Amino acid sequence: MVGLIIRRFLQLLLLLFGISFLVFMSMHLAPGDPATIIGGPNATASDLEAIRENLGLNRPVVVQYFDYLAGVLQGDFGYSYQTNQAVTEAIITRFPATIKLATASMIVAIIIGIVAGMISARKQNSWIDVTSTTFALAGVSIPNFWLGAMLILIFSVNLQILPVGGLNSPFYTVEGMKELILPAITLGTASAALIARMTRSSMLEVIRSDYIRTARAKGVRKHSLIWIHALKNAMIPVITVIGINFGGLLGGTIITEQVFAINGVGRLMIDAIAARDFPIVQGTVLLVAGIFVVVNLVVDIIYALIDPRISY
Amino acid sequence: MNPLLQVTDLETTFHTPNKDLTAVRNVSFSVDHGETLCIVGESGCGKSLTSLSIMGLLPAKGRITNGTILLGEEELTKQSEVQMEKIRGNKVSMIFQEPMTALNPVLTIGFQLRESLMIHRQMNKKAATVKSIELLNKVGIPSPRERLKQYPHELSGGMRQRVMIAIALACEPDLLIADEPTTALDVTIQAQILDLIDELQQEIGMGVIFVTHDMGVVAEIADRVMVMYGGEVVETADVDAIFEAPQHPYTKGLLHSVPDVDNPMQELKIIEGSMPGPDDKITGCRFHPRCPFAMEKCKQKEPPLFNLSPMHTSKCWLQEVTESESNTVIRG
Ligand SMILES: Nc1ncnc2c1ncn2[C@@H]1O[C@H](COP(=O)(O)OP(=O)(O)OP(=O)(O)O)[C@@H](O)[C@H]1O
Ligand code: SF4
Ligand SMILES: [Mg+2]
Repeated sequence: MVGLIIRRFLQLLLLLFGISFLVFMSMHLAPGDPATIIGGPNATASDLEAIRENLGLNRPVVVQYFDYLAGVLQGDFGYSYQTNQAVTEAIITRFPATIKLATASMIVAIIIGIVAGMISARKQNSWIDVTSTTFALAGVSIPNFWLGAMLILIFSVNLQILPVGGLNSPFYTVEGMKELILPAITLGTASAALIARMTRSSMLEVIRSDYIRTARAKGVRKHSLIWIHALKNAMIPVITVIGINFGGLLGGTIITEQVFAINGVGRLMIDAIAARDFPIVQGTVLLVAGIFVVVNLVVDIIYALIDPRISY
Repeated sequence: MNPLLQVTDLETTFHTPNKDLTAVRNVSFSVDHGETLCIVGESGCGKSLTSLSIMGLLPAKGRITNGTILLGEEELTKQSEVQMEKIRGNKVSMIFQEPMTALNPVLTIGFQLRESLMIHRQMNKKAATVKSIELLNKVGIPSPRERLKQYPHELSGGMRQRVMIAIALACEPDLLIADEPTTALDVTIQAQILDLIDELQQEIGMGVIFVTHDMGVVAEIADRVMVMYGGEVVETADVDAIFEAPQHPYTKGLLHSVPDVDNPMQELKIIEGSMPGPDDKITGCRFHPRCPFAMEKCKQKEPPLFNLSPMHTSKCWLQEVTESESNTVIRG
C-alpha cells in the first residue's frame, strides 16, 4: 500500500511536469497576445513592448518555461497578468465552490446510479428497468448546458423553488443545499447514467455466478444474497467507472459553473484562457491534473479494500 | 416407511421465446437414509438439472412442469421461495462441480462457513466460529483457525472443495447432493474427497445423490445407480447388478467405455454417435439411432420402464420378453 502511494506520487510529479510543459507551449505558441489584452485597444506599440518586457514575455519560450518551472518548484506559481493576484491565492478562493459542486454531483451520481442499476438488474426487462435504461441512455447523451438551462427554466424561473445560480451559502445550510441541487443534478446526470449502466450489467453477471448459486444452496436469505454476496462483487467494476468518470466530471464543472454562474476554478480557467492569462491557466490545469491522480489513488485503495485478491 | 426422497415423474422445461425445451422428463427415483444413489450418463443427459430441480435452484427460465418431489413429508415443488430457503443448506445441501468458482471471492472462508449455522441454527457469531473450526477439522483442513480468516483465492482447489463440503454438512442435512464434486480435481485429491464424503455419510447417516460420469467412481461409492439418457432414466439398479448384469444397451455401452486396467492396450469402446438434446424430436426409444440392438419396434414405440426385479428397472423393448417370461414363471 505504501509502495502504491509512493509510486503514484512519482507518477503525479511526472504527469504534472508533462502537462505543465504541454500547456505552457500551447498557450505561448497559440495566437493571441496577453499584452494586447492587458494594454487594451488604445495601447501603442511601445506600451505593448513595455508590458511584454515587464511580464518577461519577450524571452525565448523555453527560457520562460524553465523560469516558470523553477518558480513552481519553490511553490511560486506566478501572478495573474490581469489582477496581479498570486495564482495560488486566486485558486484557493475559487476552489471551495468547485469542490462543493464536484463532490455533490458525484454523490448524486453514485446514489442515483447504483440504486437505479440495482433496481434494473433485480427487475430485469420490467417497465422499471426499461424506463431506467432509457433514462440512462438519455442521461449520457444530453449536453450539460442544455440540461442545466432546462432545469433552471423549470425549477427556478417557472416554479421558483430553487435559486437560479451561484453558490453563496455554506453547503450545510438549507439555502446552501438548495443552491447545490440543480448544478449537482446537471453535472451528475451523465455519470449517474454510466454508473447505473455498469451497476446493472455487473449485477446481472454476478447474479448468474456460481458463488451466488452456492449461497442460495446454503439457504441465504434474499436480502443478504443481494446486499452482501452480490453487491460487493458487483461493485468492483463500478468503482472503476466511478474513478474514470471523475475526470469527465471535473471537466464538466467548467460548463456547469458557467451555466449556474458559480465562481469556481472552471470559470477562473475559462476567463483566464480568454484573457491569455497564462499563469492562471497553468495553475488551474495543474490543479485538475493533480486531483485526477489523487482520485485514482483513492479508487485503487478502495479497490484493495473490497477485493482481497488485489494487493499492492 | 417413506423413503427419504421420493421423486416421481419429474419434468423440467425451459421456456424459450420460440419453444419449450423439455430437458428432464418422467424421472422417478428414491433415496433412503444412509444410501448413496449415483446418477450417471453422458454430458447433457440432465443430471445437473435433476439435482437443481430438487434444490429449487433451476437456472432462469427453467421450471418444473410436472411431477412431485417428496422430502420426507414435504412436497418441495409446492414450497415458496422463503420456505425453500429454510430447507436448503439445512435439510438438503448441494456441492458443485467447480470448486474454483463456487466460493464467494470477496468473503472470508469463516464468513461463508458461519453463515448457514447462523441462518439455520440461530447460532451467534462466536458459537458459529467454534463449530466452523470443528467442521474444518473434520474435513481435514490443517490449522482451521487461520483458514477462517483467509479468502478462497488463498486455498487450493482441493482445499476449497473441502470447505464446500464443510459448508454443505454444517447443519447435518438429511440429503446431500454432490454434482460431480471431484471432476475438476486431480486423482489423489479425488480419492480423498470421496473417502471424506463416505466417512461423513456414515457419521451423519444422510442420503447422498452423487452425480458423475465416471463409472470408476460409481463402483467405489454407489449403493444404487440410476442411468440417464437424453433427459430420461433408462436403467436403475443396485450397483452390483449394474456392473454384473446391466440390461439396457446404453448402460452396457457406458460400461464398455470404462478403460480396462488389466488390458490397457485395448481401445476404449465408446458408443457411436451423440446424445440427442432437449429439442431433438425422436420417435420411439430415444436411444434407437445409436443402439446396436435397435429393432423396428424401437423406432415406432417408446418403451416403458420394465421391472426386472423390485430394484431393477430398464427402459428397453429387449426386456419385454424377459419380463413376460419371468412373469409367466411367477404365475406358473
Ligand atoms: N439454462 C439452460 N437453458 C436451456 N437449456 C439448458 C440449460 N441448462 C441446461 N440445458 C440443457 O439441458 C440438458 C441437460 O443439462 P444438464 O446440465 O442437466 O446436463 P448434465 O447431465 O449435468 O451434463 P454435464 O455432465 O455436462 O454436467 C442439456 O442438453 C442442456 O443443453
Ligand atoms: S428399446 Fe430398442 S433402441 Fe431402445 S435401447 Fe432397447 S433395443 Fe435399443
Ligand atoms: Mg452437470
